Order: sequence, then C-alpha cells, then structure tokens
Amino acid sequence: MTRKRRRMYIVFSGMLTLGAATALILTAFSDNIVLFCSPTDIQNKATCAKADIRLGGLVEEESLDRGADGVTVSFRVTDLTNSIPVTYKGILPDLFREGQGVVTEGTINAQGVFVAREVLAKHDENYIPKEVADALKASGNWHEDAQTKDADTY
Amino acid sequence: MAFDYFANPARFLRLANAVLPWCVGATVILLASGLYLGLFVAPADYQQGESVRIMYVHVPAAWMAMFVYTNIAIASVLSLIWRHPLADLAASASAPIGAAFTFLALVTGSLWGKPMWGTWWVWDARLTSVLILFFLYLGHMALTHAFDNPARGAKAAAVLALVGFVNVPIIKFSVDWWNTLHQPASVFRAGGPTIHPDMLWPLIAMALGYTLFYITLLLLRIKSDLIGARLRTLDSLRQDAA
Repeated sequence: MTRKRRRMYIVFSGMLTLGAATALILTAFSDNIVLFCSPTDIQNKATCAKADIRLGGLVEEESLDRGADGVTVSFRVTDLTNSIPVTYKGILPDLFREGQGVVTEGTINAQGVFVAREVLAKHDENYIPKEVADALKASGNWHEDAQTKDADTY
Repeated sequence: MAFDYFANPARFLRLANAVLPWCVGATVILLASGLYLGLFVAPADYQQGESVRIMYVHVPAAWMAMFVYTNIAIASVLSLIWRHPLADLAASASAPIGAAFTFLALVTGSLWGKPMWGTWWVWDARLTSVLILFFLYLGHMALTHAFDNPARGAKAAAVLALVGFVNVPIIKFSVDWWNTLHQPASVFRAGGPTIHPDMLWPLIAMALGYTLFYITLLLLRIKSDLIGARLRTLDSLRQDAA
C-alpha cells in the first residue's frame, strides 16, 4: 500500500465515521432540535409536555378574533389534525393572517388556552409576483392548497 | 495529469493573469445587472411585498457560504492526501472570503427576519447551523496562522475543515429534517423551484455574480501569496549572499 493510498483510507474512513456519529447524535436529539411543537405533538410527545413551549402551526381559517381593546387577539393554531386556542396581547407581524404559518411562544393555562408571549410569522417557499397572485385570484384559479400547506412543516 | 499541471506556480500565475480581467469584467456586469433587476425590475411578492428584495442579496450569500466551505473541504482533501502544493493556498485564501459571505448572509437574514417573521434572530436549526459555519470559518483562519511552521498550520486547518464539513449537509437539510422558522428551499429542491421566473432570473444573475466575485478574489489572493513567497525567497537569498 502506497503512502498516498493509506492517507486516502485514513481521511475517508475518518470522515465516514464522523458522519455516522453525527447522524446518530442528530437522530437521538431530533426532538430537541425542532423549533416548535405542533398541536398534535403537545398531546403525544413527552418533549412537548413542558410548561413553557413554542407552539407552531397554521392560523386556523375563520378563527381570528381581534379583541375590543385593539391589542388582544385570539385565534386557533392548527396542524390540520388538532388545534389549540391561543390568546396574545401585543403587536402581530405583518405576515400574520388566517391560513399563515406561525410560531408562538408561551404557556398553556388551566383552561387549555395557550397564552402567547411572542407570535412570529412563517412564510413558505413560494415566491409569486403580487400581480400574478391577484390575477389568479380574480380568475378563480388560485388554489390555496397549491401553496403546499404541509401540516408537517408548519 | 491535469490535476498536477497547476502544481507549477509559474504556470498557475500565467493562467491566473490571463483569466483575471475576464473574471473582473463578468463580476461587474453580473452584479450590476443582478442588482438592477432585483432591486428595480423584479416584481414585489404577493405576501412579502417589497421586502422580498433582500432575497437577492441574502440567498446568494448563503449559497456562497456553503459553496466556499465545500471548496475548502475539497482543497483540504487534495492537500492531506495528494499534497497538492496549491491546495493549502486555495484553502487559506478562501476562508476569509467564505467568512465574509456567511456574515453577509447572517446580517441580511436578520434584517429580513425582523419585518417578515417579527424577530431578528431565533435559535432554529437553520440559523444556528449557519452561525456554526461562521465560527468554523473563524476557527479555520485562526488555526492556519496559529503555528510558527506554516505547513503545520495548513495541516491542522485542513483537518478542521474536513471535520466541520459535516455541518454543510446539516445546513442544507436542516429545514427538511426539523421544523424551523426559516422557510424550506425554494430553488434547489425536488420538484423544481417554487419561485416565479421573474424573480428567479435576477437571483441567478446575482448568484453567478457572487461566484465570479469569489473566483476573482481567490485568484488575486493566491497570486499575492505566491508572489509574497517568491519575495521571501529572494530576500533570504540576498541575505545569504551578503
């Protein structure tokens, strides 16, 4: 075996081992690497059964209720399987609307309502010119489903 | 073997000098047209409005952050196994450029995150892994210069570059493996881009412009390193003669 070949074996086996070790570690910790828990996760996953969590999902259609005081809002966050009611007092990001992905941070109170301290908006991977989106909506060819509302990633 | 061809520094310098003016010209044209198309011609997004224009600076910077690191890893393999004389130079010359691209991606991402997401920063898998990439670049630069013997510094940095390379696929797939605040990929994804062609073309022009900018800087830095080494040799020869 030439020295060059031996160095090659050492480098590539080293990288392979390191890659495998990293994959194992990431798999073991995958529940902790996620940013948020979906409403279903909160019911099922032990790592989501904490007092202080991030709840993520879509703002359920026709669930948004802006309070009379102008700063309190309530809505439901859904993963299209389960949903959880959320209340929040404060300024919402511009992207916040029904059907939008959101990540909220807070606690679940005794009534099962998620009291949010912070509401962040997600945007998906679709980039469409405003004119094109308006034209599609005007012609009735706009499919909200086509915007890949994948319950798994939201 | 073509691979050994540029092991001769003089031959490399001749080629670099021939290619450099073309690289500079193409960089200027691509970046100027890409910025004009992205900032003035491209349409506003249906959700993000005019803020989407940060994409034309942010996304190519993030691609370059990963591309330059991948190049450093390839150069490190060439250095560690085949002892290619220019590989260490290519790696050490690339590191600060890659660090700058990573920094640009982090800063523009933060500026984009505030109006869209509602926060400057969040510890999700994508943002955190890119921050780790930035620290890997800084570590690579520090390690390269941490030894009196430059060859030892280059070797240590090459090992670090290969160890840190596991982070590159983690960055790429972080948005698919775990839920994040950061969006999934819009361009390099199974099923094709989910970005309208009117917005995709300026983005491609910017990405090519950034790539040529990197090549230009890389050639210039390797060239100056080679000339510096030649000057040091001449200097020591003169001292020996005196």
